[in-house]
Amino acid sequence: MVADSAVRAFRRDGRIVIVGASLAGLRAAEHLREEGFGGSLTLVGDEPYEPYDRPPLSKQVLLGQVLPQDTDLPRRRAVDARWRLGTAATGLDRENRRVLLADGDAVEYDRLLITTGVRSRPWPQESEASLDGVCVLRTRDDTTRLTRRLAGRPRRILVIGAGFTGSEIASACRERGLEVTVAERGPAPLVGALGGVVGTAAADLQRDHGVDLRCGITVTALEGDPAGRLRRAHLSDGSQLDADVAVVALGAVRNTGWLEGTGLAAGPRGIACDAGCRAFDIHGIVTDDIFAAGDVARTPHPLFGYQFLSLEHWGNAVAQAEIAAHNMISPGTERRPHLWTPAFWSAQFGVTVKSVGVPSMADELVVTQGSLAERRFVAAYGHQGRIIAAVGFDQAKWMGFYQRLIEHAAPFPPSFHAVDRPGGGQQPVPARFPDPALPSHGPTVTLTGHSPSERRVVFTPAPA
Amino acid sequence: MRVVVDLNRCQAFAQCVFLAPEVFELHGEESLMYRPRFDEAHRDDVLRAAAACPVQAILVDRLDDSRDTRTRHGDGC
Repeated sequence: MVADSAVRAFRRDGRIVIVGASLAGLRAAEHLREEGFGGSLTLVGDEPYEPYDRPPLSKQVLLGQVLPQDTDLPRRRAVDARWRLGTAATGLDRENRRVLLADGDAVEYDRLLITTGVRSRPWPQESEASLDGVCVLRTRDDTTRLTRRLAGRPRRILVIGAGFTGSEIASACRERGLEVTVAERGPAPLVGALGGVVGTAAADLQRDHGVDLRCGITVTALEGDPAGRLRRAHLSDGSQLDADVAVVALGAVRNTGWLEGTGLAAGPRGIACDAGCRAFDIHGIVTDDIFAAGDVARTPHPLFGYQFLSLEHWGNAVAQAEIAAHNMISPGTERRPHLWTPAFWSAQFGVTVKSVGVPSMADELVVTQGSLAERRFVAAYGHQGRIIAAVGFDQAKWMGFYQRLIEHAAPFPPSFHAVDRPGGGQQPVPARFPDPALPSHGPTVTLTGHSPSERRVVFTPAPA
Repeated sequence: MRVVVDLNRCQAFAQCVFLAPEVFELHGEESLMYRPRFDEAHRDDVLRAAAACPVQAILVDRLDDSRDTRTRHGDGC
């Protein structure tokens, strides 16, 4: 009862600060108000813009169909918040519950939600990274710079890294009729997220669209002219490549630097949280006033052996923000776990790639529908006798079916041979994920669910 | 006005493409590309598209007036 009245008082006039004003931060703010939080709400964001959507940046915006400043997120409701935009959080004073800001100011909180997300990994050589023509793609400003360069019709664009962002950039360049070379350290595009079998299909897709794709290659140096403009790249096979623009697409770094020294379990892999989005400290003790959601958080997922999943995906940010918001203003017994099944999409070279589950945990896969050669297929991924993930190329209508198989721990290989082929007979093959000891792209995973209040964990004992 | 589509949900039924062609477009077989900001003139079309979406993946602005206090670039709060 005492706890309940404390929660009631907090809901009425508590102070919540959300650091990170992008998709997760906005959705959390809306959800707090939706559930009746009446206290003060402050959103802190390092970019000077209201929350905007990032997926279109590497697609519609790079194609020139939509302006970079036109991707603001729609609002589900008024959030009645104080916005501190263009002001990064630089530190956290946990003892006095204050967020320190770049302008020297501080904001006090009773409960804090961290949704600071990720930033793109910069090119490691600083002098090369500052050459005119070397870009990254993550923010609105990055996109403005890159679209301006593409509009100048560069003779060749070098994309460094063939993960999802790199592949989408290459796709947009080709569609605009620009020459593009993609340099990928791994044996195929998307190999870290989807494995070598599907990666090979992605490689064929790129080459068919005129991408000069070079796998097993690293860029060893970027060379500028005397005026400081990018001129060429040196590759690990000893060759050189003339390019006016180089886009560094080597994955993302979590924005946890401002939490250094705070004793929170925050580092390069994100902020470790419990399944209810409460942050752990470095002792593994859960805090009750600091929560995290979105790309910066990692939480244990019961479906995947309680491994801590850190998901850089749109749907995860939405689902996790709502769970975190709910838990921030609810008493213990009413809190909910974040049980969203990972899912994500990518659009490249006219194909929609969709994934559910965690492909990178798989050992084997079997093509259950369509064929890799047609570039229209579903591959089911297996781990220890159960379906753990599915990846489809232009098979969006089937992803829900596979999601349910994953959530119910259906057997792998699946009991059906093939959904749309006579005779079936497809055999599982190794999924060919790279050795995790070798540097590569981090796996990227996501999934989606229904009403969070209905999601529960069911323990299924192993068959005898 | 602003719109966002949950493309995890989207299954390319393309109802939105027929109802609001100025805002939604299919790119290839299944890739939906849309204009996140659209003109007030297309408001009814987009609302119809959102209502018709079989998987309810379209979210349109529901904020008519902004009651938020804005403090930019740290000019005091």
